[in-house]
Amino acid sequence: MIEARNISKCFGDHEVLKNISVKFEPGKTNLIIGQSGSGKTVLMKCLVGLFEVDKGEVLFDDRNFSAMTFEEKKHIRKEIGMLFQGGALFDSMTVEENVVFPLSMFTNMSVSEKRDRANFCLNRVNLENVNKLSPSEISGGMKKRVAIARAISMNPKYLFCDEPNSGLDPKTSIVIDNLISEITQEYQITTVINTHDMNSVIEIGNKIAFIYHGELWWEGTNNEILTTNNKEINDFVYATELLRRLKK
Amino acid sequence: MGLLTSFGKYLILLRLIFSKPDKGSIFRKQILIEIDNIGIASLGIVTIISVFMGAVVAMQTAANIDSPLMPIWAVGFTTRQSIILEFSPTIVSLILAGKVGSLIASEIGTMRVTEQIDALDIMGINAGSYLILPKIIAAMIIFPILVIISMFLGIFGGWMAVALTGIVTVHNYLYGIQIYFEPYHVTYALIKTVCFAFLITSVSGFHGYFTQGGALEVGKASTKAVVYSSITVILANLILTQLLLD
Repeated sequence: MIEARNISKCFGDHEVLKNISVKFEPGKTNLIIGQSGSGKTVLMKCLVGLFEVDKGEVLFDDRNFSAMTFEEKKHIRKEIGMLFQGGALFDSMTVEENVVFPLSMFTNMSVSEKRDRANFCLNRVNLENVNKLSPSEISGGMKKRVAIARAISMNPKYLFCDEPNSGLDPKTSIVIDNLISEITQEYQITTVINTHDMNSVIEIGNKIAFIYHGELWWEGTNNEILTTNNKEINDFVYATELLRRLKK
Repeated sequence: MGLLTSFGKYLILLRLIFSKPDKGSIFRKQILIEIDNIGIASLGIVTIISVFMGAVVAMQTAANIDSPLMPIWAVGFTTRQSIILEFSPTIVSLILAGKVGSLIASEIGTMRVTEQIDALDIMGINAGSYLILPKIIAAMIIFPILVIISMFLGIFGGWMAVALTGIVTVHNYLYGIQIYFEPYHVTYALIKTVCFAFLITSVSGFHGYFTQGGALEVGKASTKAVVYSSITVILANLILTQLLLD
């Protein structure tokens, strides 16, 4: 489980996160949603340690991540997988080398063992015959899937996904969403997804945390979000004409 | 960003860079890759510049010796001294600051803006040490070798100019390049080169590492890397010359 306790973060005079407390449970796809600029990316970066929190604590299974030294954090980082918005695949490496990279850095596996593990992870995300291609030779959706394969190669306990559907068509988005959801349940990972894609919210949102102007405004499930009377939530969820008509 | 703030950030980055690499075998492999990327790939430009530089120095020296009191072997002597003391270590380093500096800053800058460095951080890898330290070590190994090659090629360029134009006899040129040879001058040049290699790679790495924004900022970081590494090379040249040749 990942827990944020009363975390705050400022950039200069601007308070981006205001006293946020939230829990993300294992085996569930936990979604952080909110408008652009609401602070959800900052929240995720605070959770993974890319930003230091000004106040509060981040706990990974009751281990206080915020209070750890750089070296202590390394142990937890090896349990974290992250899918970045653009994939963040290493350009200088092939697809297979990208997936093998964490294994080379942190395990003593033989070359064949690493290759087998890479093939397993790539097959798990439904990718075949792309091992020797470079990231620039594959599509956006495939990049995301390679990034997922890289993220799960070390059997992570925690998976973070920053806007996994951005730049993808609706069909590919559903494929990526379902893949993340399946992997989460299969390996009982604590998955945290940062998104503003309403399809993802409805499809895979086991738990949803709505961030509004840097505050945790609302928490609930994908069913509850459709029926809530919270004005800000409704403004966000039913932002498009299509959804407003469907609601009516 | 103020100069003092930048210098502070540079020192903090250096502390990060010079921490223990995460995995020795990968680190050694990275050094070899970087030797190829920044050293072997620069051999062409170093060759061309050195040969022409040597030829021009020999021709200019010959053209400026008017006094009959000056020995004719002074052309060879001056060419050798100029090449060994200044042209090879400093000019070649400045050329490499342009080529290698922009390469490093743009590579690391692009990795920063496309979140590849964040990906390394999240995996628990010290990105500074993983990305920049192999480049620094590779440059400190390969730059002196390039400069030694440049010295030979510069003197060879001078010989070629002499042989083709007949400004002085080849015999006198060869005599000039051997007379009053001080081996310490080569040591001085190599010490300078090692320092320049460190400055070029670390300053360029710094500019790439702290890039923020997009493609435009990567371009700016690349330009800054070349400008600042060239300035630091020139300043270091002055200080090292005072310290080592005084």
